Amino acid sequence: MTTMAMIEIIDLHKTFGDHHVLRGVNLTVEKGESMTVIGGSGSGKSVLIKHIIGLLFPDKGRVVVDGQVLNNLDEQGLNEMRKKFGMLFQGAALFDSLTVWENVGFAIKQHTKLSDRDIRKITTEKLAHVGLKDVEDKMPSELSGGMKKRVGLARAIAMDAAIILYDEPTTGLDPITADSINDLIIDLRKKLGVTSVAITHDMHSAYKISDRIAMLYKGEILEVGTPDQIKNSPNPIVQQFITGSAVGPITAE
Amino acid sequence: MNHWLELLGRKTTQFLMEMGRVLIFLSHTLRWTASRPFYLKNLLKQMEQIGVNSVPVVLTTAISTGMVLALQSYTGFKRFGAESLIGAVVSLSMTRELGPVLTGLMVAGRAGAAMAAELGTMKVTEQIDALTTLATNPMKYLVVPRFVASTVMMFFLTVLGMMIGVAGGYFVGVKVLGTNPVTYINQSIDNTEVTDIWYGLIKSLVFGAVVGLIGCYKGFHTEGGAEGVGKATTGAVVVSCMLILILDYFLSALLW
Repeated sequence: MTTMAMIEIIDLHKTFGDHHVLRGVNLTVEKGESMTVIGGSGSGKSVLIKHIIGLLFPDKGRVVVDGQVLNNLDEQGLNEMRKKFGMLFQGAALFDSLTVWENVGFAIKQHTKLSDRDIRKITTEKLAHVGLKDVEDKMPSELSGGMKKRVGLARAIAMDAAIILYDEPTTGLDPITADSINDLIIDLRKKLGVTSVAITHDMHSAYKISDRIAMLYKGEILEVGTPDQIKNSPNPIVQQFITGSAVGPITAE
Repeated sequence: MNHWLELLGRKTTQFLMEMGRVLIFLSHTLRWTASRPFYLKNLLKQMEQIGVNSVPVVLTTAISTGMVLALQSYTGFKRFGAESLIGAVVSLSMTRELGPVLTGLMVAGRAGAAMAAELGTMKVTEQIDALTTLATNPMKYLVVPRFVASTVMMFFLTVLGMMIGVAGGYFVGVKVLGTNPVTYINQSIDNTEVTDIWYGLIKSLVFGAVVGLIGCYKGFHTEGGAEGVGKATTGAVVVSCMLILILDYFLSALLW
């Protein structure tokens, strides 16, 4: 099965100042799989996902994407590799000085020689994928939170990414909008066959969008399994987290 | 006593480390300035924002300074009967010293602050990370255009400031105080050399680089939401003004 691995994280360590955030994370994501990493606030989920796309680099250990070790790549190699990715940020991170279509078409404009008219056509298509129309000329500040996430998602898939990273895709949205984002994630995966990695602490979302769920606790992966395996995990830490109880081995920080 | 020494030591170390990081940031900026691709559209936009939009404040500052300078030196010089030297005082001060420094300080307050606030907001809302994930180097896309625009536009703003300051001095000296226009102009020209103008303009290039560099550095190192953006903005103005004043002394000593 190793040949099918899209992302391999091997013995990943990361320290910020005195804070040893990741303490030897090992995780493999298969091609076409939807993996969700769950964990409390401050557990290092965001740090982990940022290592996958080379926004952060490990102090020790390796991240291998599609057979290439990220640590060994130079700036140009990293950028070539990043073109395989799309990332949806927690707050969508749309460029607020650009219109919606300029945001969605940003990477196409930077990395191809297509004319603005062609780029606009592609962005309209991508926006339709995420269930939006007639928003091309709006500014990000005119959009609601859910629409921003959709535009962010359209931007992430604009270059036909093979891997999509979701940083807390449903955080900060009302339950109905959140669920529509979940549906969208599932839908995109079916239509585009992408590999996806999400981080979240929203268990409803995790169960719905994942093939497998990994729990990150104290800088290490505590358990990996299908949603059913995680639901029935005998581990008291996992149980406490997924049922959302304040009482148990995990203490609130 | 120990406590004080400890505090002093810690502050010194922090300051030196910060300066080290600024220098590393500068070396990256220079490296990316010299390599492709060039974001010409971003550069032009920044030239407009930093340069063109700073024209009103620079004009106001320069004309006021030139006029006040003429007025004040007239009061003093009249006591020695040396009114004819007002022109020389105004033009020398404006070209060698006040033109570049005041323009630098005004642009630091206006454009440097705006730069830090904009980039700081982009940092805390993860827009800078988003650029990286879209395989676009944020140093090239955001920092280089601002750094270059700030350096180049400071030069032209200073030229403008010098001219307007000298014109303001002339207006007050000749039209208001009634000194002889021919003497005024002759004294100005005789006592100001082309090198004086160049010294002032070399200063302006350095100050422009400082404003661009510190504005971007502070923006890129913003942490902690809205409060962090506020701190970065204040920090950018304070640090670049201090650096302008400190460097001004050394440049004056060097370019003497």
